[in-house]
Amino acid sequence: MDDMYREVILDHYKNPRNHGTLDPADFSYEDDNPLCGDRIRIDLRVNAENRITEVAFSGKGCAISQASASMLTEEILGKTLDEVKQIDKQHVLDMLGIPLGPTRLKCALLSLKVLKAGVYGLKDADH
Amino acid sequence: MTSPASLAHLRSDFPILNREAKPGVPLVYLDSTASSQKPLAVLKAMDDYYRRSNANIHRGVHTLAEEATALYEGARGRVGAFINAHSAREIIYTRNATEAINLVAYSWGRANIRSGDTILITEMEHHSNIVPWHMLAAEKGAKVVAAPITESGELDLLAFDGLLQAHAPRLVCVTHMSNVLGTINPIADIAAHAHAVGALVLVDAAQSVPHLPVDVQALGADFLAFSAHKMCGPTGIGILWARESLLEAMPPFLGGGDMIRRVTLEGFRVADLPHKFEAGTPAIAEAVGLGAAVDYLSAIGMANVAAHERDLIAYALDRLEEVPGVTVYGPSAERKGGVAAFTLDSIHPHDIAQILDARFGVAVRAGHHCAQPLHDRLGLTATARASFYLYNTPAEVDRLVEGLYEVKNVFS
Repeated sequence: MDDMYREVILDHYKNPRNHGTLDPADFSYEDDNPLCGDRIRIDLRVNAENRITEVAFSGKGCAISQASASMLTEEILGKTLDEVKQIDKQHVLDMLGIPLGPTRLKCALLSLKVLKAGVYGLKDADH
Repeated sequence: MTSPASLAHLRSDFPILNREAKPGVPLVYLDSTASSQKPLAVLKAMDDYYRRSNANIHRGVHTLAEEATALYEGARGRVGAFINAHSAREIIYTRNATEAINLVAYSWGRANIRSGDTILITEMEHHSNIVPWHMLAAEKGAKVVAAPITESGELDLLAFDGLLQAHAPRLVCVTHMSNVLGTINPIADIAAHAHAVGALVLVDAAQSVPHLPVDVQALGADFLAFSAHKMCGPTGIGILWARESLLEAMPPFLGGGDMIRRVTLEGFRVADLPHKFEAGTPAIAEAVGLGAAVDYLSAIGMANVAAHERDLIAYALDRLEEVPGVTVYGPSAERKGGVAAFTLDSIHPHDIAQILDARFGVAVRAGHHCAQPLHDRLGLTATARASFYLYNTPAEVDRLVEGLYEVKNVFS
């Protein structure tokens, strides 16, 4: 049996944390996974020390991409932008704790890609 | 339904169908629309070629070169007969259907499409029959217009005729069978109407040649493209069929060895058909494999393949209909091929496919299946797609349905 749809993943998928948008946001970025058209947007607000005080994600996609985004928002709340820049792929995979093939890896890592692009100050993806 | 005995015999022709998807979970392969499995006859023909006859073709006079050339050209002749081409000179080996369509866009298109011309496509085309035309239109200042589909997922023939009259397109590009909806388009009628306004007709036959009897002379089209790997053959080889007079008039596509008659430092003269369009060392073993695939399908009979799939899709649509929350897209069973693209509640198709694979060994495709405009038209991002071929069985449909109930269970 697979454990990709273990309880914690389904819980985050069915009850996403920090779901929604922030307007205005200090950082906002949106991108999609061309494989399946999944789309994720992450909005951040930071305080004077560049520490994340509010975070929201929105978009649509599969259980893996949505659960990953939900978990990631919980993970980064209260962290500084510099700390967020240190989060790597392995960190997200450990957080999810499920085996992922090369195709589903893109679903799992979409939210990290969006978050990093936002934190590094890239403009919104052109679509 | 094909008798169980003959079906069991067919399945044993495909070694891969014996494997397990995961330990203890038998494979149920329902993704032949993406790529079919290969019978032993094809694997053996390619293996024999490399073990016995491997050499470069056409230029050698030694034994192996002559054998390789005979095998390569022999396969071309059998492919031509398989689709009732007028002559083997009309059969151009390409890398796949996509390259065949691109060949037409680059060669015929660049020589014939001018600023202001219209290329008419349909909403149900695969990206390979959309993007090359956008590229050509951008280069030439031409435009691409898409004929709409009806609510039932069939080409809107009235609207299509209206667009023919309104735009007098130079070229009509249409799929013979949709890789998502399964819709089988009436190509002979479409071609007659298109020809009446002076348009040529290109048919994407990537889904029809593997699954239906296809007779290019009866269809009356001008260009027709398909891939070997969807019809029991290997990857890396496809076919462009075109009327000989068109091919004769078209400039070469890729330049290099084999496509020339005479080269000087000042210029070159092109080779005769079909070699004019086959520059460089081609996929020889793959041509041999395609020839074996054509022999395999011919021995079964394409009418029998089509009948088997018609029974199977009818059964599949009946079974899928009984699952609450399942929506299947496309026309009813008697009007389509063995393709069922569906959604289940609001569950993402990736999640459907993942659970079917992990727990039931059922391989279905999830995504937009290289038909994003069609999914936009249907108001969907993605669908899950089960597709059937000659080796699939009603028991595999049952396994799919069993899996869908479990998917509902996980997400309830």
